[in-house]
Amino acid sequence: MTRIPASLRTEALEQILTERGLVDPRVMDKFIANYETNVGPLNGAKIVAKAWTDPEYRERLLSEGTAAIKELGFSGPQGEHIVVVENTATTHNVTVCTLCSCYPWPVLGLPPSWYKDPAYRARVVKEPRAVLHEMGLDLAEDVEIVVRDSSSEVRWLVLPERPPGTEDLSEEQLVALITRDALVGVAKVAAP
Amino acid sequence: MTVTLPADGPAAPPRDNGELVFAEPWESRAFGMAVSLHDTGSFSWPTFQAALIARIATWESGHPADECWSYYQHWLGALEDVLAADGTVVADEIASRARELGRREPGHDHPDGDHEGHSHGH
Repeated sequence: MTRIPASLRTEALEQILTERGLVDPRVMDKFIANYETNVGPLNGAKIVAKAWTDPEYRERLLSEGTAAIKELGFSGPQGEHIVVVENTATTHNVTVCTLCSCYPWPVLGLPPSWYKDPAYRARVVKEPRAVLHEMGLDLAEDVEIVVRDSSSEVRWLVLPERPPGTEDLSEEQLVALITRDALVGVAKVAAP
Repeated sequence: MTVTLPADGPAAPPRDNGELVFAEPWESRAFGMAVSLHDTGSFSWPTFQAALIARIATWESGHPADECWSYYQHWLGALEDVLAADGTVVADEIASRARELGRREPGHDHPDGDHEGHSHGH
């Protein structure tokens, strides 16, 4: 049997589900647009900047991630069990989902293609230092790398180290420095 | 469900990181269907997730040499599996509808007999 292209199967399924009243294409449009434009790493950046400037928030974030994130208004699918782990001068956390591609949508948006790729998912567990090096992050030999696998119910979010020289920056200015890659743990936050 | 944030600004998500969320339009439709169906209670997220894990595991344990990795291909497969499991939509229905759609107009997509034209590079 000829393989049917995914585009046609998708269109067929959407038609069938719409005819049966199970989905409304306009509702789908809203979900898609929301994840294409609104929900993304900016949310995670705001959380981190607040944690950097508010020690009490930082404590809540590290002990009760999901609740502390909800305080800022970020919740939704894939955001139910977010655990925040802190990167320090001696410990570096990097996140992955080895079985599929679990990812904390409400704070990072949808995962980038490399996160979903079989090569990243398999290799970062076995040789994290090499993978991070290939992605442009060289860590000193004495830094312990902890690979956080999301395959259980947990979605991980990395609280990156605040770069030196940013003491005078406002929370808003800090937000602008924080990248998605730093929140996944494949990069550090650089000072401006 | 989520708050609306400005789409511009220095850390504007998610394109600011240089990546499109969906590579092709059908991927966004497959995504939107699953999220929408879950939202209205058609299935629980762990159910969908288990189906997705199973699809990915099957592909990774052995796939045709000419078949490239496509995350949303598995996403769609998982959605079809979940819907077939409780009889909501069976696979044959999707296949026959998809073939109908494929015959809409010559060259619209891939009419029967045409080769699989998606030659994405490895």
